[in-house]
Amino acid sequence: MPNPIHLSRPKRTPPKSMDEGEKSQSEIFTAQFENLDHVREFVGQAARSSGLNDAAVYAVQLAVDEAFSNIIEHAYNGECEEKIECTCQIMASGLVITLRDCGKPFDPTAIPDPDLDVELENRDIGGLGLYFIRNLMDEVSFSFALEADSGKQCNVLRMIKRG
Amino acid sequence: MEIATTQYKHCDMVKPNGRVDSSTAPQLAKALDEITDAGRFKIILDLEQVDFMSSAGLRVLISTQKTCKRYNRGEVALAAVPKRIHDALDLAGFIPLFKFFDNALDAVGAM
Repeated sequence: MPNPIHLSRPKRTPPKSMDEGEKSQSEIFTAQFENLDHVREFVGQAARSSGLNDAAVYAVQLAVDEAFSNIIEHAYNGECEEKIECTCQIMASGLVITLRDCGKPFDPTAIPDPDLDVELENRDIGGLGLYFIRNLMDEVSFSFALEADSGKQCNVLRMIKRG
Repeated sequence: MEIATTQYKHCDMVKPNGRVDSSTAPQLAKALDEITDAGRFKIILDLEQVDFMSSAGLRVLISTQKTCKRYNRGEVALAAVPKRIHDALDLAGFIPLFKFFDNALDAVGAM
């Protein structure tokens, strides 16, 4: 049996329409689940513009849905009139999506991965959202930022998806 | 989100249409709860018309499966699952927890 031929991967070049730091869009949504459609559409069009394929676009939409839902549930303790800002930036390195909220400070290290090997009866229902975000996106980071006007501490979630 | 429910002799079929997320998952939960509250525990969830499902939807699936499988009285089977949703189920480790059918008719026949 002959050895399989290992072809070297072609060097990835960014789509011609992208420039580093260009194409940044921001939108502010209120913390309501009915806005999930709008947020998904907003990031979906940025994802398509950045040249991501269908599967990657879906992954971005799902990750953002999970993050947005988590912010409503945990940062704001439920639906309310508070704001969540979503920014999409198309960089040469990939699509960068940032979600920002000024709710309860979020500590991602406090959330364990769900146990996937446990049988049905003992499967925990929570913890899936963050797990999805981490697995669907290439880079995920959490940080804090101080809001200039109010002095409030805000959560900043930054996610990157590469084609 | 529209949800069509059909009662067969040996099972019930639930067919949601559209996106199952934190906004619409409660409707799906309600439709499934109505069936189990009525003492019926063999349910086919036809996902052919679902184009998006987040972990909110997966939680409803697992919660209902727990209820149906308790005391060996029944189960939830999934039919016509779109690839992206199947991938999400896989990511969540849910594949071993459900029976899968290519279409709703096959599922009804097997229940």
